Amino acid sequence: MRHLIDITDFTVEEIEAILDLGDEMIADPAAYKEALRGKILATLFFEPSTRTRLSFESAMLSLGGSVLGFSSADSSSTAKGESLMDTIRTVSCYSDIIAMRHPKEGAPMAGSLKSYVPIINAGDGGHNHPTQTLTDLMTIRRCKGRLGNMVVGMCGDLKFGRTVHSLIGAMSRYEGVEFVLISPPELKVPAYINDELKKKAIPFREVETMEEVMPELDVLYMTRVQKERFFNEADYIRLKDTYILDPEKLRTAKTDLSILHPLPRVNEISTRVDDDPRAVYFDQVRNGRFVRMALIKTLLDWRNEA
Amino acid sequence: MKVDSIHTGIVLDHIRAGRGMDVYRYLHLDELDCPVAYMRNVRSEAMGRKDIIKIDANINVDLDVLGYLDPGITVNIIVDGQLVEKKKLSLPEKLTNVITCKNPRCITTVEGALDQVFLLKDRARGVYRCMFCDAERKSKALR
Ligand SMILES: [Zn+2]
Repeated sequence: MRHLIDITDFTVEEIEAILDLGDEMIADPAAYKEALRGKILATLFFEPSTRTRLSFESAMLSLGGSVLGFSSADSSSTAKGESLMDTIRTVSCYSDIIAMRHPKEGAPMAGSLKSYVPIINAGDGGHNHPTQTLTDLMTIRRCKGRLGNMVVGMCGDLKFGRTVHSLIGAMSRYEGVEFVLISPPELKVPAYINDELKKKAIPFREVETMEEVMPELDVLYMTRVQKERFFNEADYIRLKDTYILDPEKLRTAKTDLSILHPLPRVNEISTRVDDDPRAVYFDQVRNGRFVRMALIKTLLDWRNEA
Repeated sequence: MKVDSIHTGIVLDHIRAGRGMDVYRYLHLDELDCPVAYMRNVRSEAMGRKDIIKIDANINVDLDVLGYLDPGITVNIIVDGQLVEKKKLSLPEKLTNVITCKNPRCITTVEGALDQVFLLKDRARGVYRCMFCDAERKSKALR
C-alpha cells in the first residue's frame, strides 16, 4: 500500500500523472464530482491548521466523498493518553484514507507502519509537508508549462522553511533547474541541502538581496522571515525590509515571472503586488485543492489496483 | 580461560585503542554468563595500539552493530582451538534499535513502541538518518 509521507516517495512520472489529473479536474470538475462517492477521508489534525484541513476536506467533498476527524490534539483520544499507533489503527478502520498533521517529526511515517489505509502527511512539525510541495509544483507547471529549464529564486527564511527544503528537493529532479537562494546570512539553507545540490551538480547561488538577481528569475518563491528567528530586534529591523517584495523591486523582473508564496503571508509581499498578473499565490490556494483531489483519488486507485 | 588463547569462541580484534568498552556495551557483553576478556592497549604493528575482546563461547555477535561501531574490527571465530572463520564487516544499510534518535522533536521520543530505525544515506561519510525524522547520526568509526 502506498502513502505520501515525503514528496520523494513518488517518482517524477507519478508526480507528473497526479499533476495531469489535477489539470483535468480543474478543467472539468463536474466529471469528478461523484468519483469517490461512499469513500471517507479522515483528517487527523493533532495540531491545528485550519487552512490545510479545509483544503483536504474541500478536496474530498468535491469528489463526492465524506470527511470525519478532529482538528486538535485535545479533542482526540491522544488527550486521554492513547498512543499514536493505536489511534491510527482505530481510525483506519473507520476510513478509506487518512490525512494527518502532527507536531512531531516522522509521526505520519510512524502511522503508516500500522495503518490499514493510505496515509497522507499533511505536515509533521518542521519536517515535511508534501502536499504543499505538490501544490507548488502544480502552480509552477501551470504557469510555465514545464518543471525543468528555469531559474528558481527562493527568498526569505531558507533555514527553517520546510516548504523551501522540499521544493528544492522536488525541483532538483528536473533538468536544467538553477536555484538562486536569497536570504540573510543567518537564515541560509542548512548545510545538508548545500551538500546535496553540490553532489548532484545542480547550479545554485546564495545572495543577500532580491534586486541583484531579479532580472534572471523565472520563479520567485517567497517565504516569511519571522522575528523570532533573529537573535536580536535590531538585526530583524535592519533586514526585514530587504526581504519584502514590492512593485519597486519587481521593476527589473521578467514579464513572465511567477511569484509564489505558501501562505499565510504577513508582510513579506506588499499587497500592492497582489493585482500584478505575475502574482500567483492565490491561484496556488486553488491549485492546492485540486492537487489534493488528484492525490486522494490516485492513492485510492492504486490501492484498488493492488 | 587463558587470556591469550581460547578453545571455542570469538575474538574481536583490531578494535581501535580505547574503544573496546563501546563494543562491550553495544554488544551487551555484560549480560553473558561465559568468560569475557577485554584487553586494552595491546601493541599492534598496524595500529600502534589496539583493544581486543575475547568471548569464550560461540555467541551470535550482532555484526550490524559492530559494522556501525567500526568496520575495521576483525571478527575471528574459533572452534576447537582453530580459526575457522574471519568475518568482514561493513557499514550496515539499516540499524534497528542500535542507536537512538537525538532529535527532541522526533516522534520516537514520545511513541515508546516504535523501533529506532536508522538508514545508511552516505557510505563514504558514514552518515545515517533516522527513518522517521531524517536526523543525522554518523558512524562512530568515522567521527
Ligand atoms: Zn528521529
